[in-house]
Amino acid sequence: MAAPPTSEEVTNGAEPPSGDEGATGAAPVTPRPRHARSEGAKAHGLLGPTTIWLTLFLLAPLVIVIWYSVGTRGVINPVQHPGGKLNWSNFSRALDPSFLPIFIRTVAYAAATTVASLILGFPLAYVIARFGGTWKNVLLGLIILPFWTSYLVRMYAWRFILDENGLANTVLGSLGLGRNHQFTNTHWAVVLGLTYGFLPFMVLPLYASLERMDAGLIEAAYDLGSNRFSTFWRITFRTSLPGVVAGVLLTFIPALGDFVTPQLLGGTRTQTFGSTIQDQFGQGQNWPLGSAMAVLLMAFILVGVFVYTSRVGEDVL
Amino acid sequence: MDTTAEASHEPDARPVEVAVQDVVKRFGDTAAVDRVSLEVRRGEFFSFLGPSGCGKTTTLRMIAGFEEPDGGRILLGGTDIAGVPPYRRNVNTVFQSYALFPHLSVWDNVAFGLRRKRVPGAQVRERVGRYLELVELAGMERRRPGQLSGGQQQRVALARALVNEPAVLLLDEPLGALDLKLRKQMQLELMRIQREVGITFVYVTHDQEEALVMSDRLVVMNAGRVEQIGYPEDVYERPATRFVAGFIGTSNIFDARVRALDGDLLVLEAPPGDRVVVPAVDGTAPGARIAITVRPEKLRILGETDPVPGGLCSVGGTIAEVVYQGVSTQFVVRTDAGDTLVAFRQNSERVSDAGVPGSRTRLVWHPEHNVVLADPPAADPSPPADTDPHRQEELVP
Repeated sequence: MAAPPTSEEVTNGAEPPSGDEGATGAAPVTPRPRHARSEGAKAHGLLGPTTIWLTLFLLAPLVIVIWYSVGTRGVINPVQHPGGKLNWSNFSRALDPSFLPIFIRTVAYAAATTVASLILGFPLAYVIARFGGTWKNVLLGLIILPFWTSYLVRMYAWRFILDENGLANTVLGSLGLGRNHQFTNTHWAVVLGLTYGFLPFMVLPLYASLERMDAGLIEAAYDLGSNRFSTFWRITFRTSLPGVVAGVLLTFIPALGDFVTPQLLGGTRTQTFGSTIQDQFGQGQNWPLGSAMAVLLMAFILVGVFVYTSRVGEDVL
Repeated sequence: MDTTAEASHEPDARPVEVAVQDVVKRFGDTAAVDRVSLEVRRGEFFSFLGPSGCGKTTTLRMIAGFEEPDGGRILLGGTDIAGVPPYRRNVNTVFQSYALFPHLSVWDNVAFGLRRKRVPGAQVRERVGRYLELVELAGMERRRPGQLSGGQQQRVALARALVNEPAVLLLDEPLGALDLKLRKQMQLELMRIQREVGITFVYVTHDQEEALVMSDRLVVMNAGRVEQIGYPEDVYERPATRFVAGFIGTSNIFDARVRALDGDLLVLEAPPGDRVVVPAVDGTAPGARIAITVRPEKLRILGETDPVPGGLCSVGGTIAEVVYQGVSTQFVVRTDAGDTLVAFRQNSERVSDAGVPGSRTRLVWHPEHNVVLADPPAADPSPPADTDPHRQEELVP
């Protein structure tokens, strides 16, 4: 991008703009910036629909949430700004210590989900990328297949499996292992549901980076005296780190904000920050507090992602 | 074949470092390597030369341990290495794609092997520094492979393998990705480095000139088999087979029937006025058909009336083509016997009587430049059904 203007400058500077030589020297130069400008205009044109879309459906709602977070509960409208005054007390209420255990639990769920997805997803992505052969695309398709059904429906399916009289208890009972296991409303159930739901978000970026890896690197490591374990750790895993970073972000962030899973597979003991926010908009009827909590969660994620990528990123990305 | 190779050299007293014995490797139904046997001596620069798919890289990979032979044995320093994983073999490889670790610096790439072998830190620093100097990359230690040029990456790959001071260094077309000028320069550099470190080099290439320039000895392979093993000058001057004669340099190959035995010379059938004799070969009697090759630069091109010196082979013909090539001029001559021969003449002086297409000419050469090929003539008396009709055209440009 930067090269053509530089060469133009050099040509113009080196050749004295006198006589025919100067004219011919300048002739091929002039159309180029015009061409570049039209390319630039085209690029902007391509971004047009996206810009409109993101402004309407991302930026505007975001501004509304932030605006709500400094409002007051109203009787007719859910949120009011009496006299145009900003009500900051929602934030102090959102930061109330009573929410802290819920927040910690949420982070723990998201972290457990991420670790479980990584442990399950890495071998899966590795095997598909290295040994999938002609089946690669079919296998990837199978991983994406659950997306053809709504997340909500899939969580209901899990509930059907894990319920007191669900499939899991029935099967265990018929095997003589007891049929009164409590699966739902446990931490395990929530992490299971979240892991099931977000595993593809881990597998796909891992696959992308493992697939790109030069298989020759593994041979080179063996050749240099590195055994299988050391080769996996130092070469395969290390070169796939960009995929790991992307997968961790893509799993951790939605898991942090999720409220469907804890609601369907959990109960009062598994309340998360996401379901607490949802409650403020539902039963609680406190939109300003819900908005303030949402803004705080978002700020937490933004800061977290920034710290994470700037610390890991220098080495990896 | 080996006997001719040894003829011009002292017998090699160095111990055998790599011995490949009757090795077979199959991929599906095809034998990529078909009963290959050869020996590489300690400190030797040994090349595998052949077209792509001839089995040279597969053989190299079996020595490295990335493939296991389906038959035969490979010995390294006298020990059978069957089943030994690559990371326990005392060989290192310079890969065609270099396979440098992209997430590691130049220094860490080169130190990788030593660290895996738990060499003490001070020694690692000393050796990595020394080998980076050897490949002239001092000052580049902190760079990542992505920040280096192709030639520099090639040097890192070389240092990374050499620093382990293996018994054998395997090089798989290491210069293939470089442009011509850099390749020539690296050829000389590799030879210098090999002399300095004294490690046995096993070098795979499809570039015949590269193999001739760099190797102490080389093997020419085709379709999974050994065609010839020998010193570069032997392989060039005395090709054993039709394939070797055609693959290395330009060759004239023609078939003829033996008319008589004259002392230690075989006199071949030729049109009146022509004389073609070759040094006698064991077991070839008058009446037999043999295949002969002679290099184009051995042929002298004379005017029709020029006197023919005695004792030389002499063939009359018509000039079909004259191609000026700078250093030399190439003449394509249709002989009266019906063969097409190519002759090179050095452009060492201005020649006015060069001859033009259509003019009569006479080619003369010394009988000892004729080489009788091991494989039988392609056609006798009429071409068999399985003979490739294009074969002759391939061999005679």
